[in-house]
Amino acid sequence: MTLALLSGSFVQIAYMVSALLFILGIKRLSGVKTARSGNTLAAIGMALAFGATMLDVGAVDWTVLAGGVLLGTLIGVVLAVRVHMTSMPELVALFNGLGGAASAFVALAEMNKVAGEGETTRIADAGAPFAIALSLSILIGAVTLSGSMIAFGKLSGKIWKSRFGPIGSQPLNALLALAAIALCYWAGFAVTGGAGIETGFYVLAAVALLLGIGLVVPIGGADMPVVISLLNSYSGLAACATGFVLENNLLIIAGSLVGASGLILTRIMCKAMDRSLTNVLFATFGEQATGGGGAADEYTNVKSAGPQETAMLLEAATSVIICPGYGMAVAQAQHKVRELATLLEARGCSVRYAIHPVAGRMPGHMNVLLAEADVPYEQLFELDNINGDFQTTDVAIVIGANDVCNPAAIEDPTSAIAGMPVLKVWEAQTVFVVKRSLSPGYAGIKNPLFERDNAMMCFGDAKKFLEELIVEVKDL
Amino acid sequence: MIAALSRQLLDAAPVVETAAESGSTGVPFLIVGIWVLFLAVFVGVELITKVPPTIHTPLMSGANAISGITLVGALYCAGVGFPGLGRFFGFLAITMATVNVVGGFLVTDRMLRMFGPKKKRGGK
Repeated sequence: MTLALLSGSFVQIAYMVSALLFILGIKRLSGVKTARSGNTLAAIGMALAFGATMLDVGAVDWTVLAGGVLLGTLIGVVLAVRVHMTSMPELVALFNGLGGAASAFVALAEMNKVAGEGETTRIADAGAPFAIALSLSILIGAVTLSGSMIAFGKLSGKIWKSRFGPIGSQPLNALLALAAIALCYWAGFAVTGGAGIETGFYVLAAVALLLGIGLVVPIGGADMPVVISLLNSYSGLAACATGFVLENNLLIIAGSLVGASGLILTRIMCKAMDRSLTNVLFATFGEQATGGGGAADEYTNVKSAGPQETAMLLEAATSVIICPGYGMAVAQAQHKVRELATLLEARGCSVRYAIHPVAGRMPGHMNVLLAEADVPYEQLFELDNINGDFQTTDVAIVIGANDVCNPAAIEDPTSAIAGMPVLKVWEAQTVFVVKRSLSPGYAGIKNPLFERDNAMMCFGDAKKFLEELIVEVKDL
Repeated sequence: MIAALSRQLLDAAPVVETAAESGSTGVPFLIVGIWVLFLAVFVGVELITKVPPTIHTPLMSGANAISGITLVGALYCAGVGFPGLGRFFGFLAITMATVNVVGGFLVTDRMLRMFGPKKKRGGK
């Protein structure tokens, strides 16, 4: 008895230290230099929580426990080591989904155990908070799982549809959401008896899976930074709900830290597009924009430049700002960007990078790619910190970005993206736009930047064009 | 329905175990848990608003790893007290949460290493 009590408090103290380590770890993420040690601290916290739990689990089925841990470790290591930096958004989407699913499965396992204990009990007999937490855990976890899988498919280019038959339409989503709430009540409070309860929760899980698909499928590729952040938050909230199921404070703390993190990123992403979260989630942006009739507009007065001309103009430049976008990620051109920057710097030209918060497919996407190419982070500037400098800059080079530097956002109040903060690249003396074609970006609208007198289009794949440009610059 | 729900809540709340976690004061775990939730969200918001945008991607993958804390709950589901199906769910949960934890921390470290001081400079 005393021994059990002692080991019980030991586990609680270990959990407390873990929670502290998580908080300290996240605190250290506030500086780029200390961030790595912060991640290590959080990992130590996790190891401690794992170790303490292993001492506490009691009699277990070792095939299940060891099998799961080994298999999970194997998959985790392979994924973490082999993933390309350009595929980071997909990996994060996958991890979000797994996190949500794990929480839902823990809740299902608990439910299965409780439901199996008595023939005529209701789940609510184990406590109403338990029933509610159980329902929420399954609901949020399953929505996170299926939503993340759709996000994963969209990010890797395997899913481009905005509907699967009726799935994805707002009325059906509303219906599914209502059904989910009703099922939560029914399975948790109304139905008695093991089998009935279980059926209720399995149907709830199925409804939640459909709801997750329906919520994410209509959302376009470039709104993915918002969706990924939100799903990140959900995976934390699912863990939090599971914490209430298991009456475990560590799960609640860790889960709400993640939930808060995801919500803050979601807010930052929405602000960077000047759109509300409801607008991102429930208004199909593409449809709205084609209603404005931008996509079919023809461009006049477009000038294009080849690598040779571009190199000649760069020769005289003393200051250059590079604005990367999703196109750079697709073409995997970050190393070439860095190579060009090094060449220009060797010629005495100052090179900086302007990073729009929603450039790419997830928060910080561009920064990771440029860091991979060894670009010092001191050269990366946020929108607000560099936007005033374009006026005094010789050349701005836009690489695979479109809507984030569309002057219509500022100049045309009727534009679909009016009000969105954009990089004022057109204020530079000359703007080169490295892009495959004049096709519109995700907003489906015309970009008047391409028609500006000081803008030159450099048509082609970003990597290929930069390779040719580098050859020319070397010859100067 | 809401009336019935709140009645059931009131009926059931005192039944909740008030053992180890909440001490002998008799405060139901729900209340303690909500306290913890609010404080943790507050701390989270304070800390995360200070994370520079440059490392927002590692922040997300790191958060992924931390949300793998569900592993702690999942491990108990391997207990012999769980029925076969429950243990199978437990196996899935353990596997997925471990992928999150191991993969999440490793890939975050891989990214943050790139942001760190460059070796070339150190060699000078």
